Amino acid sequence: MAEMKTAAYICTGCGIGDVLDVKGLEGAAKKDGKMAEVKTHAFLCNAEGVQMIKDDIAGGVTHLCIAACSRRAKTEAFSFPGVGISRANLREGVIWVVAEGSDHDEVRQEMAEDYVRMGCAEVKKIVVPGGNVKQSSSKRILVVGGGISGMTAALAAADAGYEVVIVEKANALGGFARNLVKRVPFSGPYAEPQPTGIAEMAAKIGANPRIKVHLSSTVTETAGAPGRFNIKVAQESGAVTEELVGAIVQATGFTPYDINKLTELGGGQANVVDQAGLEAMAMAANGGAIKRADGKEIKSVVFVQCAGQRGSGGNGNGTHLEYCSGHCCATSIKQAMYFKDANPDVDTVVMYSDLRVPGMGEDFYRSAQQKGVIFTKGKVAKVAGGASCKVDFNDLILNEDTSVDADLVVLATGQVPNAGVNLDDWSAVVTLADGGDEAAKAKTVEMKKGSVLNLEYRQGPDMPQFKYGFADSHFICFPYETRRTGIYAAGPVRRPMDMMQAQEDATGAALKAIQAVENAEKGRAAHPRAWDLSFPTARLEGCTQCKRCTVECPFGAIDEDEKRFPKFNEERCRRCGTCMGACPVRVISFENYSVDTVGNQIKAVNVPDQFEERPRLLLLACENDAYPALDMAGIQRLSYSAYIRAIPVRCLGSVNTIWITDALSAGYDGVMMMGCKKGDDYQCHFVKGSELASYRMSKIGDTLKQMGLEEERVITHEVAITDHERVAKLINDYATQIVEIGLSPMKF
Amino acid sequence: MSDLNTQAVMRYKNSFLKEVEERVEDGYWVKMCMQCGVCAGSCPFGPHWEHSPQKIFMMIRAGKRDEVLKTDSMWMCTSCYNCIARCPRKLPITHIMHGLANYSYRLGLSPKGQPNQAIARLFWNNAIKSGRVNELTFSLAMYFKDGIVQGIKNSLAMQGIGLGLMKAKRLNPMEILGGHTCKDKGSIHKMIAKAREIEDRRRGLA
Repeated sequence: MAEMKTAAYICTGCGIGDVLDVKGLEGAAKKDGKMAEVKTHAFLCNAEGVQMIKDDIAGGVTHLCIAACSRRAKTEAFSFPGVGISRANLREGVIWVVAEGSDHDEVRQEMAEDYVRMGCAEVKKIVVPGGNVKQSSSKRILVVGGGISGMTAALAAADAGYEVVIVEKANALGGFARNLVKRVPFSGPYAEPQPTGIAEMAAKIGANPRIKVHLSSTVTETAGAPGRFNIKVAQESGAVTEELVGAIVQATGFTPYDINKLTELGGGQANVVDQAGLEAMAMAANGGAIKRADGKEIKSVVFVQCAGQRGSGGNGNGTHLEYCSGHCCATSIKQAMYFKDANPDVDTVVMYSDLRVPGMGEDFYRSAQQKGVIFTKGKVAKVAGGASCKVDFNDLILNEDTSVDADLVVLATGQVPNAGVNLDDWSAVVTLADGGDEAAKAKTVEMKKGSVLNLEYRQGPDMPQFKYGFADSHFICFPYETRRTGIYAAGPVRRPMDMMQAQEDATGAALKAIQAVENAEKGRAAHPRAWDLSFPTARLEGCTQCKRCTVECPFGAIDEDEKRFPKFNEERCRRCGTCMGACPVRVISFENYSVDTVGNQIKAVNVPDQFEERPRLLLLACENDAYPALDMAGIQRLSYSAYIRAIPVRCLGSVNTIWITDALSAGYDGVMMMGCKKGDDYQCHFVKGSELASYRMSKIGDTLKQMGLEEERVITHEVAITDHERVAKLINDYATQIVEIGLSPMKF
Repeated sequence: MSDLNTQAVMRYKNSFLKEVEERVEDGYWVKMCMQCGVCAGSCPFGPHWEHSPQKIFMMIRAGKRDEVLKTDSMWMCTSCYNCIARCPRKLPITHIMHGLANYSYRLGLSPKGQPNQAIARLFWNNAIKSGRVNELTFSLAMYFKDGIVQGIKNSLAMQGIGLGLMKAKRLNPMEILGGHTCKDKGSIHKMIAKAREIEDRRRGLA
């Protein structure tokens, strides 16, 4: 890049010029910020102001600091590709949050000048990102699994103009739904079971020139990264085909829970079947009277809901599945209708404790009641199969133990995801194998046979699993996202669901896959920083090969090369900076976000000396939730302490402890961090960032002690984007607390 | 066991739900109950019923014929309509309760001496006799329904109110002689007889 030419632009609009001393700001930019050019404009984001900046860029300015509103505001006006930009937040960050009145003039001005200095310091360390070097870019999409989810995803992607490859284990498309007589209604009036439409879908796929189907095949290897996944597809015969794809949709569905394990509910006995078993019987009946295996026409049937589901809340001994599979109530209703529609005199009893019919299922439930299906609220104690079945149960309404006889008992068993290898189990075995354990080595080979994707990732052959073994999902904020960039889970492999939800899910996953291939082609990050052209690089000469970055990267983006140095797969990287925060020797950085861009901002702040009796507090705020909440506090004109200096970070996971120790050594009186919720119901956009940050900060106490500082000087909060009132209060409380503790001894 | 009851048992065997659907006013709604319990929770008399409407619906589905028809629960309904107003499935619960009470009475299974049942019967008899309710004879019939001694006691207990009503001209002692009636009593009797015949035919009670 040509020589750096800097410029600062100070906007005096939106009241900035009215309450701040603009001359002082200019001075800060010129003298401390060392900007070559400093310009003031009364309305910087209007056409004239923007044109002024554009003219300067044409005149050679390469790095500019815009001191105006928050970086989250006016993003379109202040978008200048090809130059380094920093934003000093004078509006939401200063004039809207510092209490009004001349009493506060001094601290307000101090704060504003600091933000100008910080913006100038930051921009000088920014390198304009050039984008990821493209290695190859395939826009094809691989769909693993040819059931209703997989077929829906394939058709959606093909209709959008993308080539699709489907890999299906069975010898025909359709998956679980292929064996259903009818499906739960998915369109109005939601009163009768509807045809599955599987054959039509399969025919549509067969006729679509953009879709290639591998039947009786499995994926035996997945190597590479978004935009360049190399897939090996092996047929049953052993023939291997290679496919180059850009993104993957994993729609591997579910397997019904093994009914034979439900011995307490008669599983394994004659005339006790699961829902799949009943579908087979109904299929054989072909609309006529449904008959048992022994040929007897069924005159009475009991459906036992939540069989081996919902822990002790469902039926069974509570040792089976912990969760509700969501579809089974509606499925049993549908199956009861098979009987009622063939012969209204068949006694059909659905035994439930909590009937749950998502979507428009209430209409379907009512329709079944109208047809005379009996719904009994009861908890089953025992099921006896055989020629004459008997269900002993506790009637939960009448509170009595009783029983009902039936020709057939149907157990509504749950969905078990086909999510492949559990990575926790995997890494335990791999650790043993790496230690030379021969049995463990053999076990890894055995485990890999159960893998779906066979990823050539150091983290293991499949995507991480979420609770109860379901494929990964950013459950609360971005349900389609997984921790394997470019690989998206859809359908019941991701969470229990019915066909309607699976189809919706598949459409979403197809869209995510399309985004992934498009971003990969442009050399950009994937969600949630989809515009970001920067990518991490490591100064390997300083690397100590500690492997923290490779282990802590939530997305498996970092491998190790032959020499055990970190090797970045940029297309897999989500640009969260967790590796940067992890690196103890600080060799990892992004062009526009590094230890220096933030470190320089920290240093640029004027820290009051011991005689001024004003504390200086640093706030590292996650840009995803905490920083917007701070902006919102400004928009709502909630005032908070003017002692704070907020720096947005990509994720708390990217916070390198050097920032904290540097700040404290420089005389800051406290460091506050605000990130997203961690734990099982995490809201961290990068899944593990806030958790890792919290872990790292739990260790910082020792460092503080060595420095002779109180532990309270570093504090971390979990903040949601809606917490604007709370963030203001947290800052104020913290400022009060620090004043009580006293000024930092490092100032003296 | 009454003949009607014997017939009903023969006819419906173990399908009490079907019997209720066909023979009880609004009984076909019973299968639509989703057992949420809002009716039971809304009933101001809730704690005083042996079985809440929710339970009665469940008992009907479970085929507990005798227990449902012999309980005094339905007779406890005061027709406040809270349950109807709140039922998310829009079941006419009050009407079903009265329908069940009426049906059990027709079969001769309703609990003997149940006070609400006695009042209902006295009111009906009084009203259809002349086409109007004679408040004086209706009150006296109520007071004396448990015998002369209890009747005198009841009358004495209520004499203050009675005298007050007379003073305010709200009660005419001459009504005891039969009082005023509708213009065409005979036609009213015929109408009621016809209505009953139609209703019984519809319900299979003829």
